Amino acid sequence: MTTIPQGAGAVRDQSEAATETTADAADPKLPPPVVWADERLGVAKGFGLFKKVFPDHWSFLLGEIAMYSLIICLITGTFLTFWFVPSMGHVIYDGSFVPLKGVGMSEAYASTLNISFDIKGGLLIRQLHHWAALLFIVGIALHVARVFFTGAFRKPREINWVIGTVLSLLACIEGFAGYSLPDDLLSGTGIRAMNGFMSSAPVIGTYLTFFVFGGQFPGELIIPRLYIAHVLLLPAILVGLFAVHIFLVFWHKHTQYPGPGRTNNNVVGFPLLPVYTAKAGGFFFIVFGVTALIAAVVTINPVWAYGPYDPGQVTAGSQPDFYMWFSDGALRLLPGWMEFSIFGVTFSPQIFLGSLVLLPLVWIILGAYPFVEQWITGDKREHHLLDRPRNAPVRTAVGAAAISMYLVLAVATINDIIAIKLHLSINDITVALRVLFFILPVIVFMVVKRLCLSLQRADRELVLHGTESGRIMRTPEGRFYEVHEELNEFDRWHLVQHEAQRPLSLTAGPDTDEYGVERPVGPLESMRRKLSEFYFKDRIEPVTPSELAAAHHHGEAEALPGGQARAIKESVERADETAGLRSDDRT
Amino acid sequence: MSEDQIAVHDPHAKPATYVEPEAADRFENPGLPPHRPRRADVDDDAAKRAERQVTTLFGLSILGTLGFIVAYFLVDPELRASVLVIGYVNLYHVILGLTLAMSLLGIGLGAVHWAKTIMPDTEVVEERHLQASDEEARNEAAGVLSQGYRSAQLHRRPMLLLTAGGALGLFALPLALQVAGGLGPLPGDALEHTVWRKGMRLMIDPSGTPITPEMVSQGSVIHVLPEGFVGESSHGEDGPSALEIMEAKANSSVLLVRLNPEQIKSQKQRDWGVDGIVAYSKICTHVGCPVALYERQTHHLLCPCHQSTFDMTDDCKVIFGPAKRPLPQLPITVEDGYLVAVDDFAEPIGPSYWERG
Amino acid sequence: MSKLATYRRSPIALIVLLFLGLTFTGTAYAALQPTAPADAYSASNASEDVDDVEEGRKLFLANCASCHGKNAEGNGTAGPSLAGVGAAAVDFQVGTGRMPLAAPGVQAPANPNQVNFSQQEIDQLAAFVASLGPGPDVPDEEYTDLENADIANGGMIFRTNCAMCHNSSAQGGALTRGKFAPDLMGVEPSHMYSAMLTGPQSMPVFNDATITPQEKENVIAFIVNIEEGGNSFGGHDLGSIGPAGDAVFIWTIGIGLLIGAAVWLGRKAA
Repeated sequence: MTTIPQGAGAVRDQSEAATETTADAADPKLPPPVVWADERLGVAKGFGLFKKVFPDHWSFLLGEIAMYSLIICLITGTFLTFWFVPSMGHVIYDGSFVPLKGVGMSEAYASTLNISFDIKGGLLIRQLHHWAALLFIVGIALHVARVFFTGAFRKPREINWVIGTVLSLLACIEGFAGYSLPDDLLSGTGIRAMNGFMSSAPVIGTYLTFFVFGGQFPGELIIPRLYIAHVLLLPAILVGLFAVHIFLVFWHKHTQYPGPGRTNNNVVGFPLLPVYTAKAGGFFFIVFGVTALIAAVVTINPVWAYGPYDPGQVTAGSQPDFYMWFSDGALRLLPGWMEFSIFGVTFSPQIFLGSLVLLPLVWIILGAYPFVEQWITGDKREHHLLDRPRNAPVRTAVGAAAISMYLVLAVATINDIIAIKLHLSINDITVALRVLFFILPVIVFMVVKRLCLSLQRADRELVLHGTESGRIMRTPEGRFYEVHEELNEFDRWHLVQHEAQRPLSLTAGPDTDEYGVERPVGPLESMRRKLSEFYFKDRIEPVTPSELAAAHHHGEAEALPGGQARAIKESVERADETAGLRSDDRT
Repeated sequence: MSEDQIAVHDPHAKPATYVEPEAADRFENPGLPPHRPRRADVDDDAAKRAERQVTTLFGLSILGTLGFIVAYFLVDPELRASVLVIGYVNLYHVILGLTLAMSLLGIGLGAVHWAKTIMPDTEVVEERHLQASDEEARNEAAGVLSQGYRSAQLHRRPMLLLTAGGALGLFALPLALQVAGGLGPLPGDALEHTVWRKGMRLMIDPSGTPITPEMVSQGSVIHVLPEGFVGESSHGEDGPSALEIMEAKANSSVLLVRLNPEQIKSQKQRDWGVDGIVAYSKICTHVGCPVALYERQTHHLLCPCHQSTFDMTDDCKVIFGPAKRPLPQLPITVEDGYLVAVDDFAEPIGPSYWERG
Repeated sequence: MSKLATYRRSPIALIVLLFLGLTFTGTAYAALQPTAPADAYSASNASEDVDDVEEGRKLFLANCASCHGKNAEGNGTAGPSLAGVGAAAVDFQVGTGRMPLAAPGVQAPANPNQVNFSQQEIDQLAAFVASLGPGPDVPDEEYTDLENADIANGGMIFRTNCAMCHNSSAQGGALTRGKFAPDLMGVEPSHMYSAMLTGPQSMPVFNDATITPQEKENVIAFIVNIEEGGNSFGGHDLGSIGPAGDAVFIWTIGIGLLIGAAVWLGRKAA
C-alpha cells in the first residue's frame, strides 16, 4: 500500500511537468507484448512489484557494487573461457611476447599470454575481470561492515546475514581459485603454500593434499580442478545463494535509516518504477564504466612479468590478492616453536591455526554474531530501522576491534613490501605486528567506545542547547550572550529517536525475589548477564521532552543577571548528569 | 542446587524476555518533512537544461560505442606509446578501454541524472507488516501438515518414516565415495623420497651444466637440480616426462654454497659436504616455497614467502620465522671431478605433515 | 550552497573529467627512446698501467684507507680486505656511489648523485686494487653492449638466480634485518655485470663458471628490456609490486570513485 505524503501535493500542483502522473495517462492500456505474455503467464498480476519502495542512501549501494561486480565477472569470465586452456600440459611458448619465446610453460600460462597479447582486446577483458573481482570483494567487505555497524542483521534478517556470510566466504575462495589459474610464478607459489598448509592438517593432511592435487605437488590436475570449481561449481552456488539473498531483501523490504516519517512499520523511499530502475540500472553502468576505466589505464596481474610457474623459482614480494592476506599474514606471524612431535606424529599449529582453522573461524564468528547479540539483549522484536553506529557503542567498538585485528594480520602479509618501501627491518615489523595483534584491538575497542559515547553526548548537547546562531544579544544590563537556535522538530528527531539498550539487570527485574533471597542463576545465564552488562552498562539516553523543557528554562536564564543565571545553569547541569549520562556501577 | 534450576529454566520466563523501556517521556516522530522542490520542478528552464544534460550523456555513450568499434578495426593492435601519468602502454588497449568506459558511463550517469532531476522526487511510503503469520494462518498450516502426515499413514506406520529417512540419508554415499576414492592416489611413502640417488651429479639450473668443486667459489650460490632433470639431459627419448620434471623441481631442488669450513658449526654438516661446499634442500620446511635468498655475508637463507630464516653455518637451523625444522642437507662427494650425491636426503624435505614424526 | 559546489556536483563536471582523460592520452603520445648503451670507457687495460696503480694508491690512501687499511688489508668490522676483489668490485662499488660508505654496515645503498670520482679516478683506484691480488676484471664491452643477447634465456636465469631477491620485475625486495636487494631499474649494464661477478655486500657471487658471460649479458638484456617498457602493456604498473599495489589502488581510488558516484546518486538534486 503506497501513499503520497502530505505536502507533496502542493508542489505537484505548482509544477505539473515534474510529477505528472495523470494527465495523458487517464486511460492506460497494456502494450500488446505484455498482453501476449499475460495471456500465457499472467504477468500483469506481478506488476505490483514495480511499486515496491526502496530507501535512498549511498551506503545501501555498497552491496550493489558487489552485485554488479559479480555480473561483470560473469560476463567477462565467460569471454575468457573461450580462449583459456585449463591444462598443465607442457608447451614451448611461441607467441608474440618476445621475453618468453622458447620458454617451456603450462598450456594454462601460454593461453593466458595468448589472451593478453594475441587476442584483440583480450588484455582489456582480462583486466576487467580481475579488477571487477577485486571490486566484488571490496564491495562485499564494505557492505558487511555497513550491515554490521547499522545493526541491519537483527531480526528478522538473521538468515540473510548468514547467507551473506557464506557468500563472502565463497567469493574469497572463488577469487583465490581464479587467481591460481594462469599458473604464473606468483599464483603457483600461492598453490604451493596451499599445498603446504593443507598437509599440516592433523591426521588427514597428507591424504587431503594427495586427493586434492591428484598425487604429489604439483601434479597436473590442480589447475583443471580449480578451473571447474572457478567457472562452474562456485559460480553456481554463488549465483544461487545470491538470488536468495536478493529475494529476501524484497521479501523483508529494505531497512532504512531513522528519520522523520520513517518508522519501524514503514519504508520511505522511491518506487522501483521508474526512479529506482533508473538509479539502480544506471548504477550498474556506472560500476561497469568505472571498472572499464580502471582496466583501461591501470594494469593488474601482469602474468608475463612473473614468468611461468617453476617450483624451484620464487619472486620477492610474493603476496596473494588482498582478501587472502589475513591468512597469509597469520602464517607469517605465528612462530615456528609452536610445532612439536609426539608419539611419532607431527603437530604444526603454527601452520594449521593460521590457515585451516583461521579461515573458517572468521566466517563462523561473523555468521554467529546476530544470534549471540540477540541472546545477550534478549530482544526478540523485529528491527527495520537501522542503528546509527554511535547509538550502539559496544557493538561498534567490538566491530572496530575485530577489524583492527584482521588488519594487523593483513598488513603482516606485506611486511616485506613495507620493509623495502620504508627501509625498516622485516624482523622488527614481524615482531611488532605479533604484539599489535593482541594490543591494538583492546586500544581500538576503548577508543571507539569512548568516541561513540562522546558523539552521543554531543547529540544531546545539540538537542538541549540548539545551534549557535551567531547573533549576539545585549541585555539591558550590558551583558552579552549568543542566541542559540533550537533545532526544528525534523532535525531533532534524528538525535532523539533511538532507544538506549539497557542491561538485563535493569530490564529483567531484581536479582532477589520478594523475600530478599537471591535468585539462583545458572552459569550460562550468569555469563549472559555479564555480557549484557559489558554491552549496555555505559550508555547515554536520548533527550526526553521534559529534559528539553528544562533546558529551555535554562536558555531563558542566559539573559538573566549573573548570579541568578549561574544558579539555574548549575541546577540544570546537575539534572543533565542524572538524566542523561547513566553509568550503572553495581559491583 | 543449580542443576535442577537449569532443568526448569524456561527461556521465555521473565528474565529472558525483553522489557520495553517506558515510552511515556519520549518525543514523537514528527512525520515526513515537507517536500522541497528542486530547481527543475519549479523552473522550466532548469528542467530543459536537465533534459539536455541527460541527452548529452546518452549521446556521449553512443559516441563511445562507435569509437570502440572504429578503434577496434582501425587502430594497430601493436601500437605502443608513452602516455602521461600512466606510463608506457599498449595504446590499442587503452583506447578500447576508454571508449568502452565512455559508452558505459554515458548510460549510467545519464540514467541517474535523469532519475535525480526529472523523475519525481517525492518520497513514497510503503507499510510493513510483521513477518510472522497470524494465528489463523499458522493453524491452517498446522492442519495441512497434520493432514499430510496422517494421509501418508506415517502416524500408524513409523517404520515407513525410519526406513525412508535412512535410505535418503545414505543414498549419496556411493557418489561421495566414488569422488573421494577417485580423486588421488594414497600418499604411501611418496613424501619421504626425492629423486636424488647415489652417484647422481649436481647440475646447474637452468643450464644443466655439471659442477666441479672449483666452480663453487667463496660467496657464490648455485641453484641445483639432479642430473637428468634439467638441461639437455632431460630431453631424451627415455628422459623424464614434463610432470616428473616438475615434481623433481618441487622436491629435489637444492642450493649449493661454499662456506669457510671453520665457520661450519656441526661436524655432520662438514662431513656431508666437500671442503666446505654444502648442499641443502631449497624447499622450505614451513609450507614449501623455495628458500632461495642467500645472504652471502651472514650466510642466512631467507624464504620470501613467510620470512623463515635459516642459518647455513649451523646446519640450516631456523633462527626466525614460522618454520620449525632445519632444511635437510644433501650429502655430496666428488666423483670423476664432479660433485655428486652420496645418497637421497636422510629425512623428508619440505613442509611438515602428520606422519612425518 | 556556493556556486562552485553546485557546479562540482553537476554532471558536466564528470563529462569534462572524462574528456580530459581522453584528450591527454591522445596528445601525450610520444615514442619512448631506447636509452643509449652504457658510456664506453676503456678500463680493461687500466690495471696494466703502472702510473695508474700509483695514482690509485694515492686516491686509496686519501679516501678508503680509514676503513680498509693502508694496504687494503682490511680493518676488522670497519671494512674488509680488498686483496683479490678485483677491478670489477671497485668499478661497481665506487662507480655506483656505494663507496666510500658513510658508516660501516652490511647494506651499502647505491648513491648515483654522490659519485665523487671521475671515471679516470675510478679506473686508477681499480688498477691499484687489482694489483693487490688476482680478481675479476671490469667487464668486457662485448658482454655489456647487449647485442646478440637472448632475452628469454636471460629471463629464465634471472627467475632462478635473481628474482627471489630482486623481484621478478627487478623492482627490489627485502632481506633480513633491514637489508634489501635494490631496484635494478636504471643501473648501468656494466655495473650489473660487475655485481654478478663480484657479489657486493649481501649478494652472492655468480662467477663465469656458474653463469657464463653470455648468460650474464642475457640477464642484463632481460632487465634492460623491462626498464625500456618491455613488460608495460595494460596501463600504470602501480610500482610493479604485485597484488599489494592492486590492493592499495582498489581500496583507495577504485572504491573511492564508486562511493563518490553512490553519494551523488543518493543525494537530492538541487
